Amino acid sequence: MRLILPLSITFITGMIMVLHFFVPHQPIKLLGDNLQEWYMIVASAAIFLGALNLMHVHFRKIKLKLKNWKYSPVTIIGFSVMFVTGLIYGVTEARPFDFLFMNMVAPMASTMFSLLAFFVASAAFRAFRASNWRATLLLTSAFIVMLGQVPIGAMIWDKIPLAKVWLMTIPNTAGQRAVMIGAAMGVVSTSLRMIFGIERSYLGGTD
Amino acid sequence: MNWEILGIWLGAMLTLCLYSFLYRDNPFYKFAEHLFVGMSAGYWVIYSIENVLKPNWWQQMFPEDGGFNWIWIIPGIFALFMLARIIPKIAGLSRMALGMIIGAGAGVNMVGFFQTNAMAQVKGTIISVSSGGAWDIISNIILVVGVITGLVYFFFSKAHTGIVGKTANVGITILMVAFGASFGYTIMARISLLIGRCQFLIFDWIPTIPRLLGIGG
Amino acid sequence: MASILEKLGNLDRRIIFVLIALSVIIPVTLKLIFPNPVGAEPSRDMYEYVDALPEGCDVLLSFDYGPSTMPELHPMAIALATHLMRKDINVVCMALWPEGASLAQEVMTSVGDSLGKVQYEDWCNLGYKTGGGIMIVRLGSSMNAVFPTDRDNLPWDEIPMLEYISDLTSFDLIITLSAGDPGVPAWVMMAGDRFGVPVGGGCTAVSAPQYYTYLQTGQMVGLLGGLKGAADYETLVGIENGQAIEGMAPQSIAHLVIMSFIIIGNLAYFSQKRKGGRG
Repeated sequence: MRLILPLSITFITGMIMVLHFFVPHQPIKLLGDNLQEWYMIVASAAIFLGALNLMHVHFRKIKLKLKNWKYSPVTIIGFSVMFVTGLIYGVTEARPFDFLFMNMVAPMASTMFSLLAFFVASAAFRAFRASNWRATLLLTSAFIVMLGQVPIGAMIWDKIPLAKVWLMTIPNTAGQRAVMIGAAMGVVSTSLRMIFGIERSYLGGTD
Repeated sequence: MNWEILGIWLGAMLTLCLYSFLYRDNPFYKFAEHLFVGMSAGYWVIYSIENVLKPNWWQQMFPEDGGFNWIWIIPGIFALFMLARIIPKIAGLSRMALGMIIGAGAGVNMVGFFQTNAMAQVKGTIISVSSGGAWDIISNIILVVGVITGLVYFFFSKAHTGIVGKTANVGITILMVAFGASFGYTIMARISLLIGRCQFLIFDWIPTIPRLLGIGG
Repeated sequence: MASILEKLGNLDRRIIFVLIALSVIIPVTLKLIFPNPVGAEPSRDMYEYVDALPEGCDVLLSFDYGPSTMPELHPMAIALATHLMRKDINVVCMALWPEGASLAQEVMTSVGDSLGKVQYEDWCNLGYKTGGGIMIVRLGSSMNAVFPTDRDNLPWDEIPMLEYISDLTSFDLIITLSAGDPGVPAWVMMAGDRFGVPVGGGCTAVSAPQYYTYLQTGQMVGLLGGLKGAADYETLVGIENGQAIEGMAPQSIAHLVIMSFIIIGNLAYFSQKRKGGRG
């Protein structure tokens, strides 16, 4: 029973969505439309679950004085400040919640990802080797794109941007398309396995 | 100090705290990192309440003109099931909510991916390889051969030996060119993010320093 | 020479960090501007498609990114919003990412105010919704069901510009500014292929190569890829000193520095290999 019920729900919801695509008429339409709206509510609960879990982890870290526990209050306070200001002032522009987002969250998120610029450069220096002809091809392709994407490429030789456009439109499209079709077939088969209850790992553990 | 300058300084200080990681891991970085995680989570929760739960659930269940739409209890129950995961005794209930999310996602994605990322791509590859100039013909042949041989490379049900192996070798060559292009674009993306932060520090933050010290404008 | 290459091969990574930082900081500080020619790129296709839209039509602009990719996608958003508003096109904004709702408001307010456009008459921000692709499918049958209110909880019926909007097919074009998933694939799959609405957009440079397949099949009308795409659009729209155009000089120099690193790294590698082979 612990598995049958969730697997039945997966089957029913999955089939409703598949039928909704092929038969967009009543009563499938009504079921599908409602399910799509309910999905948003349940997916939002997943965000709450994530936040609750985050708080649980950090309170536990403080309680057990685990490694780096001294920083856990920072996370808890950061969450609380955002949560309380959001509840009091709402998300409207030029209010405290918006101020905190634009001046604290946004710069931190941008900076966090910009750190990758340094590590990508360092990794390329250490690991990007033309050790065989295919690796050389990869490197050449990368160089053409890196030059063709910026104005200096055209300043060096005006054919470089043209080479980049051709490389992106033909060989890149061919390669990406092969990956895309392969991945799509994977998604289709995995989805079928989920809908028919063959794939159950998402339910956690075995029963 | 006005709010604008305070905002710029908050952003700049947190930016510098995070960049300090480039030297080595340190308390300033850890502080900003933990603050970022907490504030981001808070932001997501508030937006879920304000933009999703309030208008799409609460106000549907209790409309402004009065009344009560009982049907909206169902997604509410499923949402509670999802949260049950944090209480070990009733954590099993979350499987119902997961079942709904996974089932609906699988149903939509199965047809969506098949239509868009499989069928439309196959259709896009069925092109004439004999029309246009010489360069167009070469390009079209590369495109068609590249897709077919690339797919053969990803076909693992047959050993890559003999003609299959040779075809797969052509496929991997095309894939290498595509991966090289992806690498070039990745470098570009990361540098762009760094440029954005430098523009902020140089054009927004640094000019406020003399203003704060009372020098110049 | 070989020993120099060997030493260079073992360079402390912090020296690389400093050189990368300088390659960006110096051109930014000097405000170096390189001319940005726009060739037969997907960004030009995007511009031409938007430019051919009739005055007064409706475009859905979806902000599917967060601050982590702001330096790439924000300039695109500003350039696109400027182009759309200059052409008197009604812009309806929404977001598949929560942060996108705030960023949309910021862009639309600043561009709208500078061009004298009024919120709720010329543009509106419907805000964020969870659900990605599944939510888009629902938009295909009813916009109002997904957005009973806008971002600031103003009811749909009280927003004048939404009077003639019923579902996704009410729009002449959907533009997604996408940093990943949900983003371009979800819109192409659920809005473009399922409901037949033209889809175009911008994305981070990381994901641009994979979307070229959608361009060749005509599933997308155009694409702005990364900061270069943003700079192209700024150039085509005629935005002077746009953030992306200003970014092209440091981008060029940083690329040259990284390419030099790769070349030096390879020279060191081959020098060591040759030495190893002799020994």
